[in-house]
Amino acid sequence: MSNARRPGYAEPWQDPAEEPFVRIEGVTKTYGKVYAVDDVSLDVFRGEFFSLLGGSGCGKSTLLRVLAGFEVPDRGRVLIDGVDMTRVPPYLRPVNMMFQSYALFPHMTVAENVAFGLKQDGLPKAAIADRVRQMLDLVRLGGLEKRKPDQLSGGQRQRVALARALAKQPKLLLLDEPLGALDKKLREHTQFELVNIQERVGTTFIMVTHDQEEAMTMSSRIAVMDAGRIVQVSTPSNLYEYPATRFVASFIGAVNIFNATVLSQDGDRVLARAHDLGIDVVARSGQPIPAGIDIGIAIRPEKIDVAEEAPTRADNVIDGKVVEIAYLGDVSIYHVETAGGAILRVQETHAARSADPHYNWGDRLYLVWNAADAAVLTS
Amino acid sequence: MNGRRPFVLYTAMAFGYAFLYLPILAVIVYSFNESRMVTVWGGFSTRWYGELLQNRQILDAAQRSLLIATVTASFAVAFGTLAGLALARFGRFRGRGVLGLVTSAPLVMPEVILGLSSLLLFVSLQGLIGWPERRGMTTITIAHITFCICYVTVIVRSRLVQMDQALEEAAMDLGARPWKVFFVITLPLIAPALIAGWLLAFTLSLDDLVVASFTSGPGSSTLPMLIYSKVKLGVTPEINALATIIIVLIATAVTIAGIVMHRSAARANR
Repeated sequence: MSNARRPGYAEPWQDPAEEPFVRIEGVTKTYGKVYAVDDVSLDVFRGEFFSLLGGSGCGKSTLLRVLAGFEVPDRGRVLIDGVDMTRVPPYLRPVNMMFQSYALFPHMTVAENVAFGLKQDGLPKAAIADRVRQMLDLVRLGGLEKRKPDQLSGGQRQRVALARALAKQPKLLLLDEPLGALDKKLREHTQFELVNIQERVGTTFIMVTHDQEEAMTMSSRIAVMDAGRIVQVSTPSNLYEYPATRFVASFIGAVNIFNATVLSQDGDRVLARAHDLGIDVVARSGQPIPAGIDIGIAIRPEKIDVAEEAPTRADNVIDGKVVEIAYLGDVSIYHVETAGGAILRVQETHAARSADPHYNWGDRLYLVWNAADAAVLTS
Repeated sequence: MNGRRPFVLYTAMAFGYAFLYLPILAVIVYSFNESRMVTVWGGFSTRWYGELLQNRQILDAAQRSLLIATVTASFAVAFGTLAGLALARFGRFRGRGVLGLVTSAPLVMPEVILGLSSLLLFVSLQGLIGWPERRGMTTITIAHITFCICYVTVIVRSRLVQMDQALEEAAMDLGARPWKVFFVITLPLIAPALIAGWLLAFTLSLDDLVVASFTSGPGSSTLPMLIYSKVKLGVTPEINALATIIIVLIATAVTIAGIVMHRSAARANR
């Protein structure tokens, strides 16, 4: 979905000749005995909109602060544009940060806030004034130069923070939950605006967020973090369709996961006994998986078809009874209980207009899905 | 019921204010008393103000006290700000807990103990290194600075804790070196706390009788010491006049400080 927005979007991470722009090598940061960041290595390429995604305390903010220079890692290196920045203080890094609280200087006007970084570089007055005007135009805040931060709305403050962080034309912009303080409607609008601004200025962005939807809409790639480690790095669509672990599968979007034991493998088709469902299921995996090991099988709610009659030919079929219905307008979500007591979440899209629900509480129906749509999770 | 509650509240409030301010009002009124008898009204007069201005002893003591208070407040703000910064911004360091304890203990320590321990320190210092040669304004000032630092530390520290640390990080992130960050961001934002701390230290020093009594020497009586010794011989209308002048001065200073702080608070909260 996010890649479709970017016509001809290049994928530098697929190109072995491409040099990574930001290189994090084995970075570890501990607080006492707690590993906030645990041996993390990561490459980010020039012009990427990269997201660090995870729950609170997963280490994403600490990693961002290591990149900004506020934390010095216990082990490992940080290279930006080929230069080792591990021990360079924040005021000498070609990196700027947009803070979650925006951290606008309350005793300075909007223009003075945006000019602050340029002043530190000792630029001539006229050049500073030009650049400030240019930045405020970029974030559509022209005319508010003389306002103090407390005279602005939340959305305006957010844009001043962005203008201030971009004013020095940093090689890398760090964003700490940039939309966290905005209300839902404004947030959705700002997501697209932020992506547009990033495309216009071409700066490499690394964003920290706990909101998977936000990460999906805005990022070129996402690193999912858990307990100080990176679990998977991939494009939004890859993460969604081919999650590597149970954590990623359940963190991003809704999913049904059941435990299974591998019985056999024929090419990329894995046959496994799903204990929770009481049937044998077929799923697809590119890797060889030995028989007898325990795996998880993940299937997204929208990839399960609902049928009133048992289909004659299908990879996977199970029957069950509707126990919950949630009508959401564009889709309906059913919870279907199988004979074995497992509950599956199924999503049905309403393509045609009708006010009558297709199914009712207690209806018996068949759930059908293709082997190719089910992911095999080995960890 | 509804009509009674304000009446009860207003009565309670009136008693409260009367309890606090009637004695002060009495002092002001009797400072304009013609009669030498403090308790008998003999008509309006400003003669005691005139006599006060002739009294070298009182004027000297007042000048001494103001000088001590000014120097004390300035040093206390400088040191107290450093201690507050160390406690609020330098993370964990060796002796942080001790520093926190040591800078807040004098807040609850009896003044007599503070005065006595200061005196013992000065006496033994004199025996060891020959300084201070004698006790006087210098020793009073040092003792005052010592306990005023604590008040400033508490005020500055709590202001810094309230202040978003991201502001300082943002300035550093934008290229300002730590010293520049302090002067351009931190200092302007904690300025109201510094003004409040200065005024509090000034008032505490001006007001102090106990610590000054322990640490003063011959010919270095402060204004509170002089007033106290005079009152022992009976309250004179002159003292009333002096008290009135002090009240007016302090009320003016507090009002100005209040307006300054209110304005900056209103700006910060808008």
